[in-house]
Amino acid sequence: MSIVDRSATELRKLLATGELTSIELTRACLERIERHDATIGAFLRVDAARALDQAAAIDRRRQAGEPLGPLAGLPVAVKDVLCDRDTITSCASRMLAEFRSPYDSTVVGKLKQADAVLIGRTNMDEFAMGGSTENSAFQPTRNPWDPTRTPGGSSGGSAAAVAARMAPLAIGTDTGGSIRQPAGLCGIVGMKPTYGRVSRFGLVAFASSLDQVGPFATTTEDAALLLEAISGHDPRDSTSINQPTPRYTESINKPLAGLKLGVVPEHFGAGLDPEVASSVRAAIEVYKSLGAEVKEVPLPHGKYGVAAYYVIAPSEASSNLARYDGVHFGFRADQSAALAELAAERQELIAAGKTAAADNVDAPLVRMYRSTREAGFGAEVKRRIMLGAYALSAGYYDAYYLKALKVRRLIRRDFDEAFQQVDLIVGPVTAGPAFKLGEMVDDPLAMYLVDLYTVSANLAGIPALSLPCGVTKAGLPIGLQLQAPPLAEERLLRGARMYEAATDWHTQRPSLGGAR
Amino acid sequence: MALTRADVEKVALLARLRLTEAELETMTDQLSQIVGYVDLLGEVDTADVEPMAHAVEVTNVFAADVVEPSLTREAALANAPRHNGRGYLVPAVLGE
Amino acid sequence: MSEQPYTTVIGLEVHVQLSTESKLFCRCNTKFGAEPNTQTCPVCIGMPGSLPVMNRRAYELSLKTAVALNCTIPEFTKWDRKQYYYPDLPKGYQISQFDLPMSADGYLEISDPKDKFAPKRVGIIRAHLEEDAGKSVHDEAAGKADSEIDLNRTGTPLLEIVSQPDMRSAAEAKAFLQELKLLLTYIDVSDCNMQEGSLRVDANVNLHIEKDGKVIATPIVEIKNMNSFRAVERALEYEAPRQYREWQETGRQLGEAPKQTRGWDDVAGVTRGQRSKEESSDYRYFPDPDLAPVITSAAEVDVVRESLGELPADLRRRLSEGYSLSLYDADVIVNQGREFADYYLAVAGASGNPKSACNWVTGPLQRELKEREQTIDSFGLPAQRLAELIRAVDDGRLPSTRAPEAFQLMVDKGSDVAAALAELKIERVDETALVTLVQELLAANPKTVSDIQNGKFQAAASLIGQAKKKNPNVDPNRVRELAIELATSLQ
Ligand SMILES: [Zn+2]
Repeated sequence: MSIVDRSATELRKLLATGELTSIELTRACLERIERHDATIGAFLRVDAARALDQAAAIDRRRQAGEPLGPLAGLPVAVKDVLCDRDTITSCASRMLAEFRSPYDSTVVGKLKQADAVLIGRTNMDEFAMGGSTENSAFQPTRNPWDPTRTPGGSSGGSAAAVAARMAPLAIGTDTGGSIRQPAGLCGIVGMKPTYGRVSRFGLVAFASSLDQVGPFATTTEDAALLLEAISGHDPRDSTSINQPTPRYTESINKPLAGLKLGVVPEHFGAGLDPEVASSVRAAIEVYKSLGAEVKEVPLPHGKYGVAAYYVIAPSEASSNLARYDGVHFGFRADQSAALAELAAERQELIAAGKTAAADNVDAPLVRMYRSTREAGFGAEVKRRIMLGAYALSAGYYDAYYLKALKVRRLIRRDFDEAFQQVDLIVGPVTAGPAFKLGEMVDDPLAMYLVDLYTVSANLAGIPALSLPCGVTKAGLPIGLQLQAPPLAEERLLRGARMYEAATDWHTQRPSLGGAR
Repeated sequence: MALTRADVEKVALLARLRLTEAELETMTDQLSQIVGYVDLLGEVDTADVEPMAHAVEVTNVFAADVVEPSLTREAALANAPRHNGRGYLVPAVLGE
Repeated sequence: MSEQPYTTVIGLEVHVQLSTESKLFCRCNTKFGAEPNTQTCPVCIGMPGSLPVMNRRAYELSLKTAVALNCTIPEFTKWDRKQYYYPDLPKGYQISQFDLPMSADGYLEISDPKDKFAPKRVGIIRAHLEEDAGKSVHDEAAGKADSEIDLNRTGTPLLEIVSQPDMRSAAEAKAFLQELKLLLTYIDVSDCNMQEGSLRVDANVNLHIEKDGKVIATPIVEIKNMNSFRAVERALEYEAPRQYREWQETGRQLGEAPKQTRGWDDVAGVTRGQRSKEESSDYRYFPDPDLAPVITSAAEVDVVRESLGELPADLRRRLSEGYSLSLYDADVIVNQGREFADYYLAVAGASGNPKSACNWVTGPLQRELKEREQTIDSFGLPAQRLAELIRAVDDGRLPSTRAPEAFQLMVDKGSDVAAALAELKIERVDETALVTLVQELLAANPKTVSDIQNGKFQAAASLIGQAKKKNPNVDPNRVRELAIELATSLQ
């Protein structure tokens, strides 16, 4: 077994005993990236020198017997949406292609504190908007199981990196399913914690009331390890929950006795792929065999989740992305060209005798903003900004934004009631396995409906996790979603681990055959 | 609900986006389609339901009023597309 | 003042900078006058990933102000994003409060200048906490008509106080502003320094014109760019007749024209229409998902109310009712600020003569402060000494005519009353000695004696000067009285 095939938990032991050095491990990961990333495109930037420096420093400190953090020497890939001081955080957008943050996000700070090796920055849908990573301004990312298919998104780069064993661990963010969906499509474990469990400070916002940072790993134990390292109250994030972080790694292997598992009948409706349905049903049988009691729980407002989500998320996004106007940071369109174009437009209108229209052209500053945002943002980002600005504008606020916030409350209430009866809710992550690249680029609504099973957890703020539960006949992984009440990450991880321990889907990995 | 081209043009200005003729066309169609789907929310009875703007119900989060170091001016301006070493530069602000 | 054919209706919007050390949502310094862009950080620059955390002190100060303005404090309040594009607003939105402000429905009691300083209430619609924007400066030197942006002020805590349209004249508007400033400085929430932008005023003005037994309201005009209370007064004095002329020309009423914004040109002494773009009016407010709401219990509000101490209006009432001062005098003392009023109270208390204390502090003492360009807390004459001086006059040790000299000496040399009396050789003149002195003077001035005897009592005045020459401490009134008494008895 190659080093890169081992779990982070195993690697940690090897590093601790001195059987392996961080330099060796980091080199192995870098080699793996070197060999496969031209095909996969998981990373936007890999700073091999910095990663090797960090690894060497940790090895030295270990040799000197110094105390080391919980991730000491383990390479971690980070989605390019979390600020890492003095280095580029692009959000896969032309707008921030050269933005160097003068500060560390809390999560990156915690990774550094934990002595992780920051191996590289992963690709994503621009500003985390999308479910296929095709909305990256720089490159698509391909699914390691089938490079003609999407790894999912928006954290597709992180998911693909872990699935392709380029890094044992990765960080993603999940606003409507952006960790769980790519984890499912790439056959790995991905987790969205309770909103407020992990600090958002330094996470470039997409939709602030929905965004949450979480781990990618090949096993639930590894996910627990990474989650433990990044969780905790942060006084710099007003929405951070002031609760101690449980030791997930210590409890994960204790099965949940008397587990009550909820199944939502609506989750098995028409749109669900039969292979996915049968894998999920088989997983439920595994739980039964482990002693779990399974009962049906209704989530009557679940079917409104996508609609509420596609009002709330774009509304917040339209506001969060207003700051990208070419003044204080980021990209600015060629100013003299934009102003020359503006002058020409005016002249043309005057020459045509349209003086009123000529008076109505943009002011120079307004044109600078508009040209900057025209060139700096991709199509999906513009679409969501437009949608959000529309939903918040005078006359539509009550019908769309306010209405969506009320439906959101009802979705949360459904969960609260369901969790009175069951400990966890089990179901599919996605309606089908990974789709072909380009398959949905021209149909935004179809793309949005992919989030059907995942958005509700974001709206409600509850933790949810995806883990492998099957492979299709065509060789594509299938994910199983578990959802838990707020702050019940420990229960969620233990419940997932029970299944993982009883099955071997998590040991399956893409061949990354030499053909490509 | 279908959006008109004029709606889309108005929102584009509000959002400081510029759309080409073709984009305006596509955007009008796509937004109409999405908004049409979102109209689904209208069938939910939300009488007496409090809006939920936050995923967690935390309140009264404050920081102490203690000055901490700011960025140096150099660091503050480092990411600015145009500056003169002292401030950010923009095309003349309207009315000044 | 000539009777106008209209009533001016004025409402004010005041932005007050709260006296915090650090900004509202980050910990950058709020000190005025720093080099451009040296007091900023990722949060107030609005950099990607940055998040706001509310300054506790800013919230406390705004709560204190709202309670002092007699506002209702709702249990729940939240922060909203007000969205518009401007280069001095780096996030593309201002964090402010929209539909659930932290306070509403209050009032400020002012001393009505038109009505012998009787108290009058001006309603407060709301007061809410928000962040300030930065500053844009037109920079010719940089060429190509660029503006330079300084974000030092961005994120400074502001309290926006919106009054009801309860004022009816420029003088009343000025009185409101003076009273508001006084209140805010009394409770120590702001320095209200207009030069440094700590207090900014916009006014909404229109006219109510009586015509054919009906009242016609004209369109509301918002006036900006008024940089002193005097400017507010002048702008309003200019604006009312201008609106009347405009109404005479156009006949336009409220609702028939969009709200207009005009800027005050202090040099030219006129208001001028400002161009405003239509699309800027859709602010798309929505609750800021990055900030937690604030819950304030009634008990917490009570604690704040109890901690406020005496406010100017209460003090005025106490001075006029408990110290028998006129409303005018009470107003003069209170308007000098808390320290001055405390000084007065100390003098009045220790001297036992509030009226005399009032005369001293509003007369010689205020003149002295003005000449020396000093404030009361750095003034060399402690309240206890001024009280001693008043007592010395009251018990006759110090003739009232010589009291100003004693006062001056005590101020100049920092001496107490005893030292001043000694230095000025002021002693109480014994009544028998005074009788002897007057008898001698009468003996030496037979003409005066006969004049008095003939009923020309004013002749007695000629003896006063001579008496003072012999003994500067004599009481002139007593000399006069004795001269008349003794001359008459000689008959
Ligand atoms: Zn700051």
